[in-house]
Amino acid sequence: MVDALNTALRRVPPWTLYILAPLPVAWIYYLGLTGGLGVDPAKRIEHQLGLWALWLLIAGLAVTPLRRWAGLNLMRFRRAIGVITFFYLLAHLLTWLVLDVQFQNVWADIVKRWYITVGMAAFVMMLPLAVTSNDYSLRRLGTRTWRKLHWLIYPAALLGALHFVLLVKGVQWEPVLYALVIIGLLISRIRPASRPGWGRITQA
Amino acid sequence: MAYRWTNTLTAEDVTPYSTFLNRRQLMAGMAAGGIAGALPMAARAQDGLEPNTFEEISNYCNYYEFGTGKEDPPRYADALTIDPWTVRIDGLVDKPGDYSFADILSQMTLEERIYRFRCVEAWSMVVPWNGFELADLLDWVGVQSAAKYVAFETVLRPDEMPGVSRPVLEWPYVEGLRLDEAMHPLTMVATGIYGRDIPKQNGAPMRLVVPWKYGFKSIKSIVRMSLVEDEPPASWNVANPREYGFYSNVNPKVDHPRWSQATERRLGGGLFAKRKPTLMFNGYEDEVASLYDGMDLQKFF
Repeated sequence: MVDALNTALRRVPPWTLYILAPLPVAWIYYLGLTGGLGVDPAKRIEHQLGLWALWLLIAGLAVTPLRRWAGLNLMRFRRAIGVITFFYLLAHLLTWLVLDVQFQNVWADIVKRWYITVGMAAFVMMLPLAVTSNDYSLRRLGTRTWRKLHWLIYPAALLGALHFVLLVKGVQWEPVLYALVIIGLLISRIRPASRPGWGRITQA
Repeated sequence: MAYRWTNTLTAEDVTPYSTFLNRRQLMAGMAAGGIAGALPMAARAQDGLEPNTFEEISNYCNYYEFGTGKEDPPRYADALTIDPWTVRIDGLVDKPGDYSFADILSQMTLEERIYRFRCVEAWSMVVPWNGFELADLLDWVGVQSAAKYVAFETVLRPDEMPGVSRPVLEWPYVEGLRLDEAMHPLTMVATGIYGRDIPKQNGAPMRLVVPWKYGFKSIKSIVRMSLVEDEPPASWNVANPREYGFYSNVNPKVDHPRWSQATERRLGGGLFAKRKPTLMFNGYEDEVASLYDGMDLQKFF
C-alpha cells in the first residue's frame, strides 16, 4: 500500500504544488469579496490564511516522521511545502497589515501584544529559510550550515502554535490541539542516540 | 431620576444638509439637539450612523455558551427554550421574586434606541434595539438604599448550550453594574431588534445593553438580577483581570493587551472598510462621563 503510494508519488513533480498553492488564497479572497465569508470578511480571511499556514507547517514537519514510522516518502515535496508555508504566512501577515490594522500602530502592536510579537518572531525566523530554499543557497552555504539554519523551523513552529494559543480569548481547545500536534511532531523526530541503524537523514 | 434619555431619531431620519450621506444614515447618540446644532458639518457627518442590517446583527455574535466562533450562536442558539422565561430578582429589593417575562413586559414601556455597539475585540456595529430602561424595572421592584450594585446572571442550560461543556469561562456567565450605571437612562434591557423579537443568538428573550461599555458587559438571556452591596463578580474579569476590568468602559486611551482600542472596524462595510476612531465612552461621553468624575480611568478600566 505504502509502496504503491511511493511509486505513484514518484511520478508527481514537486512543482505541481507551486501551481496549486495560490488557488486556496484566490478562493478565500473571492469568497471575502462576494460576501461568502459573513459579516467580517477581513478577519475571516486573516484567520483562514493563518490556519492554512499552520496546516502547511504541520505537513512539512510530518514529512520526516511519516517516512520514519510509515515508510511514506514525501521528501521530494518538502521544500515546496516549506516555501508554500511561507507564502501563506506572508499572505496572513499582509492581510492583517492591510485589511485588519490598516498600518495603524503596527510597531506598537508588535512590541506590546505578545501574540503578535510571537507571530512576528516566527515570521522573521522563517524569512531566511524561504530565501535559502533553493539549490544555489544550499551549495553556497554548504549542507551543514544550511541544515543548521533550517533548524529554525522548529522554534518557528512552536512560536506559530503559541501565537494561536495566545490569540484566542479564554482557554479554547482548538489552538491547544494544534500546539499538541506540533509538539508531538517535534518530539517524534528526536533520534535516541542509543538506537543505531536510523541512518543519516537526507535533505531534499 | 435626573432626566430621561429620549431617542429623537429613527432609521427613517434623513440628514438633509449633506450630499454624501445616503438616506438611511441618521444621527444617533446626539441626545441634546443643541450639541448637534453647535457642531460643524464635518463632525456631524462623522457621527452619521447607519444601522447594521438585521442579518449582520444576528449572524455575528459572541455568545460563548453556544461556541466561541462568531457563527456558532446563530447555528446553535435555536435549541434555547425561552418560553416560559422567569427572571429572579432578589437581594436588596422591596419586592423580590420570580417574575415571568410577560409580567415584566406588561409593566414596561417599550421604545426603540439606536446605539453604537462596540466589542472589546475592536469591531463595532450600530443596532436599533427595542426594549425598556433598566431603571424602570428597578424602580418597579423597589431598590433599597443599601444596594450599591446590580449583579446579573445568564441562563445556564447544558442540554441546550453546546459551548458550556468547555471551560472557556466559568458558567453561568455573570456581570455587574454599579447602581448609578444601572439606573442611567441610557442603560436598557433589550427585548427586540428592528421591531422584531430579539434573536436567540443575540440574547433572547431579554438582555442588557450598556452602550458606553464594551459589549461583554451587556449580558444576554438574563435569568437573575440581584441588588447587592459589594461589587459582584463579572465573568471576563474573573477569567482574566489584567485584560478585562469591572468597568470596561469604551475608552480609546486605555489600551488593551490584545487590541489597540484607539480605532475600530465598523462591520458591514465589506472587505476594504476603513477603520474608524473609537469615541470616548463610545460616543456617549456627554451623557455618562459624570458617572466617573474623579476616577482614574486608567486604573478603573
